[in-house]
Amino acid sequence: MLGYTVSRLLQAIPILFLVSLMAFGIIYLIPGDAATVIGGPSASAQDLAQIRANLGLDQPLHVQILTFYTNLLQGDLGRSLLLGVPVTEAIIQRSPVTIGIAIYSLVLTIVLGLSTGIIAALNHNRWLDQAATIFALIGVSLPNFWLALVMIVLFSVNLGWLPTGGYVPFSQDPIGWLRTATMPAVSLALLQAGLLTRITRSTMLEVLSQDYIRTARSKGISEWKVVGKHALANVMMPVVTVLGLILSVLLSGSIVIETIFGVPGIGALLGNAISSRDYPMIQGGLLFVTAALLLLNILVDVLYTWLDPRIRVGGGK
Amino acid sequence: MTDLALTAPPRFARTRATLRRMLANRSFALGSLLFGFICIAALVGPLLVGIDPNALSIRDRFQPPSWQFLLGTDNLGRDMLSRVLYGARLSLGIGFAVIVLNAVFGVLLGALAGYYRRLDNILMRVADALMAFPAVLLAIGIAAALGPSAITAIVALAVVYIPRTARVVRASILVVRELDYVQAARASGATDARIITRHILPNCLAPLIVQLSFVFAYAILSEAVLSFLGLGSPPTVPSWGVLISEGRAYMREAAWLTMVPGVAIAITVLGLNLLGDGLRDVLDPRMKVEQG
Repeated sequence: MLGYTVSRLLQAIPILFLVSLMAFGIIYLIPGDAATVIGGPSASAQDLAQIRANLGLDQPLHVQILTFYTNLLQGDLGRSLLLGVPVTEAIIQRSPVTIGIAIYSLVLTIVLGLSTGIIAALNHNRWLDQAATIFALIGVSLPNFWLALVMIVLFSVNLGWLPTGGYVPFSQDPIGWLRTATMPAVSLALLQAGLLTRITRSTMLEVLSQDYIRTARSKGISEWKVVGKHALANVMMPVVTVLGLILSVLLSGSIVIETIFGVPGIGALLGNAISSRDYPMIQGGLLFVTAALLLLNILVDVLYTWLDPRIRVGGGK
Repeated sequence: MTDLALTAPPRFARTRATLRRMLANRSFALGSLLFGFICIAALVGPLLVGIDPNALSIRDRFQPPSWQFLLGTDNLGRDMLSRVLYGARLSLGIGFAVIVLNAVFGVLLGALAGYYRRLDNILMRVADALMAFPAVLLAIGIAAALGPSAITAIVALAVVYIPRTARVVRASILVVRELDYVQAARASGATDARIITRHILPNCLAPLIVQLSFVFAYAILSEAVLSFLGLGSPPTVPSWGVLISEGRAYMREAAWLTMVPGVAIAITVLGLNLLGDGLRDVLDPRMKVEQG
């Protein structure tokens, strides 16, 4: 188990290296002179020189890369051009907001996706199954930012149930948090729930057709117990494998969703950085989120081996 | 060998049989219907409507849908039907360009990685790194650097999805390259290029087509996100994402400005997803993996 975790972490190092190199390289994709683009048309020659010095663009490339990695290893992702604070600090400061909504959204996704998928599989080829399948298909086909706008019109403007935006920290007022976090979490969750429904349904159908389920049924165990105790444990496996994918879509979706609802998380931070061409923040945010996801994925894999005795007993793959 | 060749059905009969199975598949039929409807609307619609999507008419601002303006008008009195139809051309055009680039480079890189084991390690590590980024986030990062334009959106989305396509192609090539008939072709002295193009690739087409239909759907959705953030096409030629972004400011008084393009995206993506599901069931029942 420990060996597996360590080997997975070691495997992630070259990928992290390439990912960081790509994040570093993004500034070189800017057509023409990066400093001119960042400074805008009104920037004087002195401003441009200042920008180049701040970003290290006046140094030779190998020096830039060396500085980038020296700083990176010390947790320094540069300084935001817009906010004037270190990128790492800005990200860490806002991460609780994004993490809170992500967890809320993840719980919604799992509850909704699992239950719909299981109901569909248990009513295979009946109308409930068809309804669940249609729900799942529509879920994966809607743009989430559009769904967010529709929900604002419906629940805030017309019904007046929830505020159109803003954010209240959970520690300050849990009810207020729930009121502000629900629409962002739901608009992020519906798509993922569609994906999870599809996977749960097909896995459940496969599990239900297996011998041990027939044995359990023929022993006279109640259907409730067959599903809850015998089938569910095996349905959880593929669910764990898509957790990484779901988290990845949740975090990248948060850029638009947090911007729409005015939630001060990492997503809105990146959204603002994009509109104001704050490249150190874009690079840092991209790198931070990707690295966090890589680690989360490793955690999911470790969890998977721990959950699945076949892999655990085999010493881990 | 010769016996098999003699008993195998002629090519056209096989194609016909596959076509018949496709049409009998409900997902495929409904998906082609929806997607076909959107494609025809994009091609013919602007000609039928005949209204300039950028023609201003301050007198007709914020007209709700009516017989005169079927989908209403926006804050500058521009006809929404015409704007959505022209937007369809742009959104579908971008999606199409992305899958063409995916087909070309995904096949090229996937074939190189799958066939030449030495290249495999390098190519797949780079693909791993690119795929470690959340798809939309990477597209946003690239588009933010390149500057907003339709070409930017195409390049950014192609870079994001090509590694995923290359992986699908590579996986099926790894299976096919070990089959006896490929070994036979190699033994008879066929060149690598011939083996890949004539013997291996045609047998990897099914998963590729399925993958491309899903990439098309993701591209439409992601392009809308890019345009919404101001990183895609310019407002003069509005894609669906731009239309939603423009309508956002008037959500209270003119909800149709955001509804119409959103529904257009939903129908297109739904159609493509159904199409992909159907194609997968008919062409390649083994590949039941959800792609991200």
